[in-house]
Amino acid sequence: MIRIANGQGFWGDWLEAPVRLVEQGPIDYLALDYLAEITMSILQKQKEADPNLGYARDFPPLIARIQRRLIERDVKVIANAGGVNPIACAREVRRLAPSLKVAVVTGDDVFGRLDEFLAAGHAMKNMDTGEPLSTIRDRILSANAYIGAFPLAEALAAGADVVIAGRCTDTALSLAPMIHRFGWKPDEWDKLAAGTIAGHIVECGAQCTGGNCQVDWQGIPDMANIGYPIIEADHDGRFSITKHEGTGGRVSVDVVKEQLLYELGDPKNYITPDCVADFTSIQLKDAGPDRVQVSGIRGSARPQMLKLSIAYSYGWKAIGTLVYSAPQALEKSQAADKIVRQRLHQLGLEFEEIYTEFFGVNACWGPVALPNPDPPEVQLRIGVRGQDRKAVDRFTRELIPLVLSGPPTGTGFGDGRPPVREVVAYWPALIPRELIQTSVEVVE
Amino acid sequence: MKIPLSRIAHARSGDKGDTSNIGIIASNARHYPILAREVTAERVKHFFGEMVKGNVERYELPNLGALNFLLHGALGGGGTLSLRIDAQGKTLGAALLRMEIEIGDGELR
Repeated sequence: MIRIANGQGFWGDWLEAPVRLVEQGPIDYLALDYLAEITMSILQKQKEADPNLGYARDFPPLIARIQRRLIERDVKVIANAGGVNPIACAREVRRLAPSLKVAVVTGDDVFGRLDEFLAAGHAMKNMDTGEPLSTIRDRILSANAYIGAFPLAEALAAGADVVIAGRCTDTALSLAPMIHRFGWKPDEWDKLAAGTIAGHIVECGAQCTGGNCQVDWQGIPDMANIGYPIIEADHDGRFSITKHEGTGGRVSVDVVKEQLLYELGDPKNYITPDCVADFTSIQLKDAGPDRVQVSGIRGSARPQMLKLSIAYSYGWKAIGTLVYSAPQALEKSQAADKIVRQRLHQLGLEFEEIYTEFFGVNACWGPVALPNPDPPEVQLRIGVRGQDRKAVDRFTRELIPLVLSGPPTGTGFGDGRPPVREVVAYWPALIPRELIQTSVEVVE
Repeated sequence: MKIPLSRIAHARSGDKGDTSNIGIIASNARHYPILAREVTAERVKHFFGEMVKGNVERYELPNLGALNFLLHGALGGGGTLSLRIDAQGKTLGAALLRMEIEIGDGELR
């Protein structure tokens, strides 16, 4: 049996979680997930400004902070912190923690290969819209293939204490140690599917140990000290989900079910580079306090195509707010919204979308929101999106004047006009897997 | 008898681009057949009305006593494009639990 913990569900997750996981009890592997779909484009821009950047900058200081424990307790780290510059990330880790052996997995970054792919006839059509990549070619900011767990397992086999990857799947981080330790082969689909589903359960950190849980949320103990999840994996593909004793939160069948359903598409076809997992085969059992046993998982053959994560510059957006108090807080907000729209129209400004929400009334649920006829206060929230940066910038100047020139009791403008932000959009596409070759490099 | 879905189910929701995924889970596995009968893709689409621009797909997971719904075009463009405060649809599961369903006498026993 091996213990694989997840200490980071996304870049920006609780900084103390991975530290506590190596302090509070036994684990063998610490998986850390840093990459969201558009993170790569931000990192690409950082790398263009400075060739030594382009990775998750929180990661090297974390490793420096926990390095002694990693050695004492023989814990190996697997992280996709490398972003678009895993070598630079590895060098920084080595600089801060020179006694750790660091390996990087490369080959996912295809930003420099897109024209080669296009020339070879791969259209890389948008999986949602069907448009060919050529329509946005000159606006692409980053491009990466999702790679699976086998290259990460190879890095573990090379004796790495810390494995740094770029765009691997979130589930690969947890599956890799199982492949490495149990010697699972690339066609053992049921076992690979089991490890993949284990990875899916823990990939959002505490969301499988009581975080964001609807069942008895007020009764879930000590959320301030919530324990992050641990997979206890067996060689035959069975595993348990648990957390360290004495930590807060809860692991139960209800909690694990909620996380299994999270961001799920077709449950019979959960596609990863390693296998296709069948969520309708999963059997769950409560097996003691804060422990759920998972078994019965079936999988099928891995796909011939790998998914590409491409980010491109789309346009600009800004979202501004004002607050109105009772009486008639909603009516005042509605009147202010109308004035802003009229003024934008009179200025001849055009946007792809102008979207208004009345926060406190219907922002989250739109037409489904519970009636709230006389709220004590309402936040007017207007957003615009368009290709013309100047128009978006002009919009940001149209809200605050209403405090003096619109309906009464307007306030909440203290932060000034809202920032104009670039919209980086995501372009999902497919590429034949044989075009993606990964390699493992130990960084001295 | 009409009851809100929250009486017999819990939920979690998230996003995939402009598609919101809502998992609806029977609080007691015995009540899964009620979910399967009452919470159809059509009724979910109707419940959210103009909020869902595309179609609604439903997948069944009887092993977990759960249904998975994909609401296409439900997140104002999704991801970074969306101008909504809940661009990831994190709250839509809780919203769907307010939907009323019809149950027979004694069906909850």
